[in-house]
Amino acid sequence: MIRFVFVRLMRAVITILAVVTFAFVVLRMSGDPAQVMLGPDVPQDAVDAFRKTWGLDQPIWIQYLAYIKSIFTGDFGVSMRDKASALRLVLERVPATLQLTLPALILKLMIGIPAGVYAALHRQSFADRGVITLAIIGFTVPSFVMGLVLVLIFSVLLGVLPSGGQDTWMHGILPTITMSIGGIGILARFSRSAMIEVLGQPYIRTASAKGLKWRDVIWSHALPNAAVPIVTIVGFMVGSLIAGAVVVESIFSWPGIGRLLIVSVSNRDLAVVQCILLIIAAAMVMSNLVVDLLYGWLDPRLRSHAGH
Amino acid sequence: MASVDLAERSPLAGWLRGSISFLRRKVPLSVAFGFLWLAAMIVIALFAGYLRPYDITAMDLTSRLSAPGTLKHLLGTDELGRDVLSRLIQSIRVSLIIAFGATVLSAVFGTALGFAAARFRGLTEHLVLALADFQAALPFLIMSLAVLAFFGSSMVLLVCLMGFYGWERYARIARGLAISAGAQGYAAAVVQLGATPARVYLRHILPNVASTLIVSMTLTFPEIILMESGLSFLGLGVQPPETSLGNMVGFGREYLTRAPWIMLAPAAVIMLTTLSISLVGDWLRDKLDPTVR
Amino acid sequence: MTALIEADELVRIYEVRRGLFGRSSPVRAVDGISLAVMPGETLGIVGESGSGKSTLGRMLLGLDPAQSGEVRFEGSPMPKYGTSGWRALRAKMQLVYQDPLAALDRRLTIAAQISEPLDIHRLVPKEHQAARIAELMAAVGLRSDQAGRFPHELSGGQRQRAVIARALASRPKLLVCDEPVSALDVSIQAQVVNMLRDLQEKNGIAMVFISHDLKVVRNIADRVAVMYLGRVVEEASSDVIFRLPQHPYTKALVSSVPIPGKPLEGRVILQGEPPNPANRPSGCAFHPRCPVARDICRTSVPALRRTGNGRTAACHAVAGETASVETLRRRA
Repeated sequence: MIRFVFVRLMRAVITILAVVTFAFVVLRMSGDPAQVMLGPDVPQDAVDAFRKTWGLDQPIWIQYLAYIKSIFTGDFGVSMRDKASALRLVLERVPATLQLTLPALILKLMIGIPAGVYAALHRQSFADRGVITLAIIGFTVPSFVMGLVLVLIFSVLLGVLPSGGQDTWMHGILPTITMSIGGIGILARFSRSAMIEVLGQPYIRTASAKGLKWRDVIWSHALPNAAVPIVTIVGFMVGSLIAGAVVVESIFSWPGIGRLLIVSVSNRDLAVVQCILLIIAAAMVMSNLVVDLLYGWLDPRLRSHAGH
Repeated sequence: MASVDLAERSPLAGWLRGSISFLRRKVPLSVAFGFLWLAAMIVIALFAGYLRPYDITAMDLTSRLSAPGTLKHLLGTDELGRDVLSRLIQSIRVSLIIAFGATVLSAVFGTALGFAAARFRGLTEHLVLALADFQAALPFLIMSLAVLAFFGSSMVLLVCLMGFYGWERYARIARGLAISAGAQGYAAAVVQLGATPARVYLRHILPNVASTLIVSMTLTFPEIILMESGLSFLGLGVQPPETSLGNMVGFGREYLTRAPWIMLAPAAVIMLTTLSISLVGDWLRDKLDPTVR
Repeated sequence: MTALIEADELVRIYEVRRGLFGRSSPVRAVDGISLAVMPGETLGIVGESGSGKSTLGRMLLGLDPAQSGEVRFEGSPMPKYGTSGWRALRAKMQLVYQDPLAALDRRLTIAAQISEPLDIHRLVPKEHQAARIAELMAAVGLRSDQAGRFPHELSGGQRQRAVIARALASRPKLLVCDEPVSALDVSIQAQVVNMLRDLQEKNGIAMVFISHDLKVVRNIADRVAVMYLGRVVEEASSDVIFRLPQHPYTKALVSSVPIPGKPLEGRVILQGEPPNPANRPSGCAFHPRCPVARDICRTSVPALRRTGNGRTAACHAVAGETASVETLRRRA
C-alpha cells in the first residue's frame, strides 16, 4: 500500500512539473518578455537593463530553473494591471468559486448516483427514462446555453430569480443548477450502467440464490462493486466542474477565479493567467490523487498492481 | 388504386419500397433523424455562400431587432439589423469547418504518436504516455484559454489548438492495437515477410484500426464543437466580423430580454448537431466496433 | 556439402521482472545450442513447452537476436533484425506459424496475402502475378475460387495452407515451421504434414520443423534434435532416435508414442514437476525427473558428446566416445 501511494505521488509531482514547463514554454514562445512588459517604444539600454534585472540574459535552462524555483516558493509575479501580487489576486477569488463548485459537486453526487442506481433497479420506468433524457441533455446542451435558457425562464419570463451577481443566496441558485444539471444526468447514466453491469454478474445471482434478501444483496454486494467505475467518472468530473465554473461565472457575473481568468486572458495579464493555470492544475492533480487512493481502497486488486 | 398497383409493379418502386423497409428495420427513427440533420448541416456548410439571403455584415438599420417570422427576415434580425438566418448559415459553416479540421488533425496527430509509441517503445512510448497524462491533468478549456491569452486568437491557431483536443484517445487506441498486432499477430507475420515498417503500418495496421479510430472521431467531433462554441461564447474563439455558433450565442446574450431569438437559433443548432452526432455515433459504434465504449 | 544454415553456441536469456521494482531473474531460453541444416534436409526439433524450441526457431530466422553465438546462412552471418539486409533475406527464409488466423490480415483476401511477398521483394512482374498465385494455391491444395475469400471464411486447415502458400511464394530455401499443425484438427494434421513433405521434396527446401508432438516429427524429419530447458539433449537421425533412444528423456518421450497394432509397452512415466525455465535445477537440468540419475548428475552439467553412428547425447549415463563434440570441434 505504501508503494502504491508512493507511485501515485510521484506521478502527481511529475504532472505538476509538466504543467509548470508548459507554462514556461508557452510564455517564452509568445514573445520576448522584455518587449511585452515594457512595450515597443522603449530604448535598447532600458531593455538590456530590464533583461539583466530579471535574469533574461542568462541561458534558457538557467532561466527555467529560476522559474521553477520562483513557482515553488510561491512567487507568481505581479499582475500587470494593478501591480498586485498575482497569487493574492487569485486566492481572493477562490472562495467565490468554491461557493459554486462545491454545492454543484454535492448535488451531482447526492442526486446523480441514487437516481442512477434507482433507474438500474427499475428499468423502463418513468425514472429510468428521466435519467436517460437528463443524460442526453448533459451530453448535448453546453452550459452556456443551459445558463442562458434558465435566465430566460426564471429571470426574464417569471422574474423569480436574479440573473447575475453574488449578493444573496438567491443569486447562487441559477449558477449552481446550471453547473450541476447536465452532470447529474451524466453521472446518473453512468451509475445506471455500472449498476446494471454488476447486477448481471454471477456473484449477484449466487448471493440472491443462496437466500440473501434482495435489499442486502444490493447493499453489500452490488453497490460496493459498482462504486469503482463510479469513482472513476467522479474523478473526471472535477475537471469539467472547473471548466464549467469558467463559463458559468462569466454568464452570471460571479466574481470567482473563472471570471478572473476570462478578464485576465482578454487583457493578456500573463502573470495572473499563469497563476490560475498552475492552481487549477494543482487542484486537478490533488483530486486525481484522492480518486486514485480511493480506488486503491475500494478495489484491493489494484493495490498489488501498483505499477500498472 | 390503379396508380398504386402500377407503382408496385415497377422495379424502381419495388427497390425503393424494399430499401425503405430495410432502413425501417435497420435504422431506428432517432438515428434516421440524426443522419438527416447532419446531411442538412453538411449541405448548408458546403453551400453557405449560395444559401444565405444576405451578407453577414449587411445591416438593415430600418428593421433592427425585428422578431422572426417576417418574409424579409425569417429568423429576425439582430441589434444592427443583420439577418439572423444569414449569420446562422455562415456560423454553421465556420463551426463545422473548425470542428472537422480539428477532428482530422487530432486523429492524425494522435494516431501517428500512438504508432510511434508502439514502433519504438522505450523512451518514445514513455514520452507519449506522459504527454497523454499531462493532457488529462488540465481541463482542455483552461489550457486553451491560457494559450489564447499568450498568443491572441486567430483562426489558424484556433483550429490547431482544437486539433490537440482528444489526441490522447487516438494515441492510446492506436498504440494498443498496434502492439497487439505486432506481438503475435498479422503485423509480425508481415514483418517476417520482409515488409518495411511503412508498409506494415500503412497497408496493414492502419486499415485494421481504422474503424475503431473513426468511431472515436464521432466521439471527439461533438466535443470539439462544444469546446469551440464555448470559447467563442466567452469571446476568445472566433473573432468578429467572422461569426460562429458560440460567437452568435455570446453576442445574442446581451439582448436576451429584448430579442432572445438571436441566441436561441444558434443554441438550438448546437444542441441538435451534437445530439445527432451522438445518436449516429452510438449507432455506428454498435454496428462497427462493439469493443469501444 | 556445406550447410544451408548453421547455428553456433546460440544463447538467449530473457530477464523476467516481477512487478515494477521487483528483482529480475534470468531465464535461459536457449542455452548454448549448435546445429546445422543441409540444403533440402528436414530437422525436427522436439521439446515440451518452455524448452526454448520456439525461441530457437526465431533465432535461426534472425527475429530474436543472439546474445552470444552466431547464426550463419549460406556461410554469411545473419544481418541485424530490421535492417534492409535482413529484410532482403526474408525472400530466402520463411516462417509458418502455429495460429494461421493470427498470422493473416483479416481485411485482405487470400490472394492478396499470398501475393504480398511478391510485392515486397518485387519478384514477379505484375502481369504474371495472378498466374503465380494460382500456381501456389494449387500447390497447397486451395481451390481457385477461394482466392477472393477472407481468412475468417476458410477453415483452419485451409488457412494454414494459405499461410504455407504465402511462405513459399518467394521460393525460399529454408522454411521454419513452428508447431504448424498443433492448432489444427487431428484429422487434418496428417494432410497438412504430408503436403509440407511433398512440397519440401519437390522444391528442395530445407526445413526446421518444431513440434512438441513426436508422432508428427517422425513423419517428416530426416534428423531430430530433442530439447530440454534450452539445451539439446540428444540428436540423431529420425529412424535411429525412434528405434534406439539413448537419453532417458528421449526414451520417455518415445515410449509414450503408440505404434499402431501394438500395445504400449515399457512406458516410462516421468516423475516430478514439469520443467520451469525460470528455476533451472543444478547439474543436469533433467535430473529431478530422471529414473537413472546419479550423484554426478546433481552437480555437473553433461556435455553433448558423440555416441557413435553420427549421433550425439548429453547424459552422464550414456557411454560415449571419450571426447565431447566441443573438444572434437576444437581439434579440427
